[in-house]
Amino acid sequence: MTSTTIATPSRRVHAGFSFARVGAMVLRYWYLLANSWPRAVELVYWPTVQMLTWGFVQSYIAAKSPYFAGAGGLFVAALLLWDVLLRSQQGFAFAFLEEMWSRNLGNLLMSPLRTSEFVASLMVISLIRLTIGMVPVTLIAIPLFGFNIWGLGGALAIFFANLVATGWAMGFLIVGLLLRHGLGAEALSWSLMFVLMPLTCVYYPVGILPAWLQPIALALPPTHVFEGMRAVLIDHVFRFDHLAWAVGLNIVWLGAGIVAFRVLLAAARRAGSLVQQGE
Amino acid sequence: MSALPLPTVDLALDVRDLVKCFGAVRAVDGLSFALAPGRTLGLLGGNGAGKTTTIGMIMGLVRPDGGTIRILGRDPERERSALLAEMNFESPYVDMPHRLTVRQNLTVFARLYEVERPRERIAELARDFALEPFLDRRSGALSAGQKTRVALAKALLNRPRLLLLDEPTASLDPDTADWIRSRLEDYRRETGAALLIASHNMAEVERLCDDVVILSSGRIAAEGTPAELMRRFGRDGLEEVFLDVVRGRGTADERAEKEARP
Repeated sequence: MTSTTIATPSRRVHAGFSFARVGAMVLRYWYLLANSWPRAVELVYWPTVQMLTWGFVQSYIAAKSPYFAGAGGLFVAALLLWDVLLRSQQGFAFAFLEEMWSRNLGNLLMSPLRTSEFVASLMVISLIRLTIGMVPVTLIAIPLFGFNIWGLGGALAIFFANLVATGWAMGFLIVGLLLRHGLGAEALSWSLMFVLMPLTCVYYPVGILPAWLQPIALALPPTHVFEGMRAVLIDHVFRFDHLAWAVGLNIVWLGAGIVAFRVLLAAARRAGSLVQQGE
Repeated sequence: MSALPLPTVDLALDVRDLVKCFGAVRAVDGLSFALAPGRTLGLLGGNGAGKTTTIGMIMGLVRPDGGTIRILGRDPERERSALLAEMNFESPYVDMPHRLTVRQNLTVFARLYEVERPRERIAELARDFALEPFLDRRSGALSAGQKTRVALAKALLNRPRLLLLDEPTASLDPDTADWIRSRLEDYRRETGAALLIASHNMAEVERLCDDVVILSSGRIAAEGTPAELMRRFGRDGLEEVFLDVVRGRGTADERAEKEARP
């Protein structure tokens, strides 16, 4: 075998983290949404159905109970914030699943795309999906039920950021499981978050839970967000203690999610499961 | 295909004593081979011989249990992203997103590989691979031959110095397969790139490959140029050589020796 010169063009490839590659992946997911109207409709359809259902329940209960009449939009707000949590996780995991469904993962894993860039693109697309899905629903709730979640102002931004952080933490775990176990772990991306629903006390205060279950509920960041939301809507106070707990727990959860993802990715490389998925 | 020169490197791919075990199974067992720039190496072997695992280790998708891999003179463990920008891969077993048009898919990959002037490069490849009539059609609506042409266009977007091809003409009609092989020969001749081809099509290997490595149970069972192998095994084609190797019939001398025994 002889040695020869390889002639190739000049390149501007970033050795480190590349925002251009993140942008390429976001563009890929944007094309997918733009080319597939059922996907775009699905983003809005279910939050709208949920909001209508809970909005009418809220109206009925408020008409019967002076307590709930004073806490305008409690159920609708809880539902909308729950959807932020659920859809930030699903947006993260489903964007990754799109690569598995289309058998494109091999192309991506064998491209210069770094894992950190791939993950960053999943985060960005989950925010885009969340915006498309949630903004119209929150606007519909204003004339229909007289509830304006945007009226929460800065508190809404804080609740939103914390719920998205928890959603991404779960997303890291699910994507790690998908890398290691393939589409066999797909069902988790649909259902795992619902395990948290009764424990995070979306529609009722933590005090309703049995005493032994309350410490578990309080170890979940969203529980503090939903408690904080009720404090704002019912007592008209912002509970900084719940905010501090939510932020602190989210740091732990996100850290644990990233560690789980890295461990599962390393295990997938050892077991050769990335090659199987690529094909 | 226009190109600018880069520094000389000795080997495009240097694999030494590569080992990969899955439990008690040694899928790759002390594999060593080298691929120089401007050469094409055929990696052959029956199902489960270790070809896919070897390619997976070269691409960094499978962690080796032993041995070393150097690509373009560099360590892929340390410089994975930078090296992958100088490589590319094509396989009929990996698709591009069906919902995206051919142009959209090529645009995304051009950006992932940070190709300069991506529109011009896509237009150039569309001409070379006759993609223009279906450039704005969804990738999922293409025929097998069209998909392969698009996949090869994607694989050449970044003008790779090392191109890995996994059965590049599988399921194609003879005319399209011949056309694809001609494009690969053109690309290698024009750029001096190195090609590693895993294939079960022996006619393809005879035509494209300068060197051949035949794997069996994760080890090299035979290697050499196609002509050398045919001479050593006393056969007229690589297909018979392949059968001799995987069925353990041995070289021409070994067969003659067996027949001479009482």
